[in-house]
Amino acid sequence: MNSSIIVFPGSNCDRDMQVALEKLQFKNTMVWHKDSVLPKSDLIVIPGGFSYGDYLRSGAIASKSNILKEVIKLANTGVPILGVCNGFQILIETGLLKGALLRNRSLKFISTDVFLKVENTENKFCSKLKKNQIIKLNIAHNEGNYFTDKEHLKEIENNGLVAFRYCDASGTVSEKTNINGSINSIAGIFNSNKNILGMMPHPERMINKEIHGDDGLSIFLSLIS
Amino acid sequence: MIISLVVTLKKSVLDPQGKTIQSTLNNMGYKSLSNLRQGKYFTIELNETDKSKAENIVKEMCEKLLVNQIIEDYKIDSIK
Repeated sequence: MNSSIIVFPGSNCDRDMQVALEKLQFKNTMVWHKDSVLPKSDLIVIPGGFSYGDYLRSGAIASKSNILKEVIKLANTGVPILGVCNGFQILIETGLLKGALLRNRSLKFISTDVFLKVENTENKFCSKLKKNQIIKLNIAHNEGNYFTDKEHLKEIENNGLVAFRYCDASGTVSEKTNINGSINSIAGIFNSNKNILGMMPHPERMINKEIHGDDGLSIFLSLIS
Repeated sequence: MIISLVVTLKKSVLDPQGKTIQSTLNNMGYKSLSNLRQGKYFTIELNETDKSKAENIVKEMCEKLLVNQIIEDYKIDSIK
């Protein structure tokens, strides 16, 4: 399996992502944002960080970069695309995923572990997970408060396009467990073909039982199966 | 031409930053303050002499990059 990680000025989770992918034997290439050719990829990852210092809106500038034109072309042919944190923000800004990521309700940067409820497993990213399974991942963001209009919300809720929701250890989803104020506690969404996943939590940070947990591995394992 | 552009969050979108500024001003004694929302202001200089052409260029810039129309509204404040 070949993977590509897109790197922008300000990306800071690219190497963690590389470690995670290589642990699962992905043959990975780091691709600089100014490049205009993508190597043959079975998976494209847009990693977390603060591309272009979050100028204008998080992800807005990166979404107009050279390489993103190629990513959009491949996305439309069905290549799996994973966007984590700033990567999710960038995917939103390209229009590949709909909605917006607003400032956290608390106005604070939140860096903590969160519990997530798996909402859909009929896709390339979550096939090794069980529906309603509770996993623990880490979040670190200032703008992760997912928002979308009523029509689109209805569309993603009715079509199984919500990937994860913030919850507590027992799986209860409530306003209390909705850590950043996201609409319907949404932590990650798919596009309508489910070949694109955008999520605020970081699966690449949870790949080793001895170092804080390995719940993130299931997502990468799903991708190679 | 110089175009001034104001971008604000839509009324239906929560503006936590505006709310915090509002409650601080309320705490500072401005009791009559009943609502405050914040936004962004752009000054755009164009090598263009036709007013309506300039307006169209800025509108296109808004739709392509400057504004996320799901959460934001924009208004051209002045064209000089």
